[in-house]
Amino acid sequence: MNSDMEQRIDSLDLPYRTREDLKASLAEKDITDEQFDQILAMVFSEYQKTRIEPCEAVGVVAAQSIGEPGTQMTMRTFHYAGVAEINVTLGLPRLIEIMDARREPSTPTMAIHLLDDWAFNRDRAREVSWQIEAAPLHEFGDITIDMENMQVLVLLNKAVCDRRKIGVDVIIEAASRKIREKRHFRDFEVEGDVKKASITFTPKNQESYQNLFQLAEHVRNVIVQGIDDIERVVVRKEGGEYILYTEGSNLKDVFEVEGVDISRTRSNNISEIADVLGIEAGRNAIIQEALSTLNEQGIGVDVRHIMLVADMMCMDGEVKQIGRHGIAGEKESVLSRAAFEVTVNHLLDAAIANEVDELNGVTENVIVGQPIQLGTGDVKLIAKPINLKT
Amino acid sequence: MGAPLDVLKHEMVPDHQIMSEEEVADLLAAYHISLEQLPKIYHDDPAVKVTGGDVGNVVRITRDSRTAGRAEAYRLIVKRPKK
Repeated sequence: MNSDMEQRIDSLDLPYRTREDLKASLAEKDITDEQFDQILAMVFSEYQKTRIEPCEAVGVVAAQSIGEPGTQMTMRTFHYAGVAEINVTLGLPRLIEIMDARREPSTPTMAIHLLDDWAFNRDRAREVSWQIEAAPLHEFGDITIDMENMQVLVLLNKAVCDRRKIGVDVIIEAASRKIREKRHFRDFEVEGDVKKASITFTPKNQESYQNLFQLAEHVRNVIVQGIDDIERVVVRKEGGEYILYTEGSNLKDVFEVEGVDISRTRSNNISEIADVLGIEAGRNAIIQEALSTLNEQGIGVDVRHIMLVADMMCMDGEVKQIGRHGIAGEKESVLSRAAFEVTVNHLLDAAIANEVDELNGVTENVIVGQPIQLGTGDVKLIAKPINLKT
Repeated sequence: MGAPLDVLKHEMVPDHQIMSEEEVADLLAAYHISLEQLPKIYHDDPAVKVTGGDVGNVVRITRDSRTAGRAEAYRLIVKRPKK
């Protein structure tokens, strides 16, 4: 094959992969121009056959293709994904979650990839995990309630602080700030001693023991290291590199942590991905999550169907659910919306708003008993009466 | 840290490009559609913020398609509706 043929292949109206495959399979072959023309014609006609025809009801086909295998999925599966013992919702509940475009999945998790300097060293990977895993104050030392002086005393364990690479001063600062900001408890005073590694919390109200115990509870559970939403981090070795798996998800904050490979880190929270990385990443996330959920159950569904669903969900710039608050609820036609759910409300609202139904869709036309605008029903023949007499 | 996050570097984010007016006109003519019939993308979408582009522009998105290998999609930049 010569470069002239290569150019001709490139100029064809074929998908990128088809063109590349064709070039690869012809690369070493010695063919005449005539044979080349024949091959091109064959490839082109085969490609035309695989294309979907105009007026084909692709949505219905997609719905059936996902729906039917869905009936065979396990209804309730709570799974321990591999050895990491991280609980992830799978199966039908997960598929429903994806299609409903929930703000927060029931089991958010992330797979955090690390940059080269961190990914191949277990200790360094562990260091990153400490920056991410939410650690409450009681993990860093002893907390005692001094009832006589109405104080909460914290004695930090320096060995733990050193191992977790966090300074005593940082803990002292973070503890008082986080109790105020995140736990909304402000009636106390703090005194920290870096040398003795101790912190003393004194409530403003010196009369109430209940208040003191409340303060102690806040002190015990305040997150001083890590990211608040991420409850657990598991370090796992996969294909030679260490990957962090988390329970809980917070893309934005994890991206700020040193050592995290921003380009490969992903979450299973689709709406979070759409917020942080954009709608196109959200679309990719839907396809990938839906496909992996189905494949994990041993169900093969063509990507094209899932791509169509994902495209519909991401059509308007944000992730919309398939259901009454999303795609089905925003259809133009009154009759079509009424046919889906809460029939009377839709009809009533439409009557009050003086809505007109153009009868363009499928459902409306079925309701009124007209041919639907699909397949041959979408083609209209118009004959011009010219020269009828002659 | 410090510098704003470049979302285009993420493997899940395809390439976004702003199209020129002639390209948009060709696109609309090829598909016999009006501008409003294109899929939308919000003006404050992280990917749009990185690429630049104002309301009314069209972005060309070059996706890594699982079927075609590489596929182009187009989105019209619109203002995010107030809730």
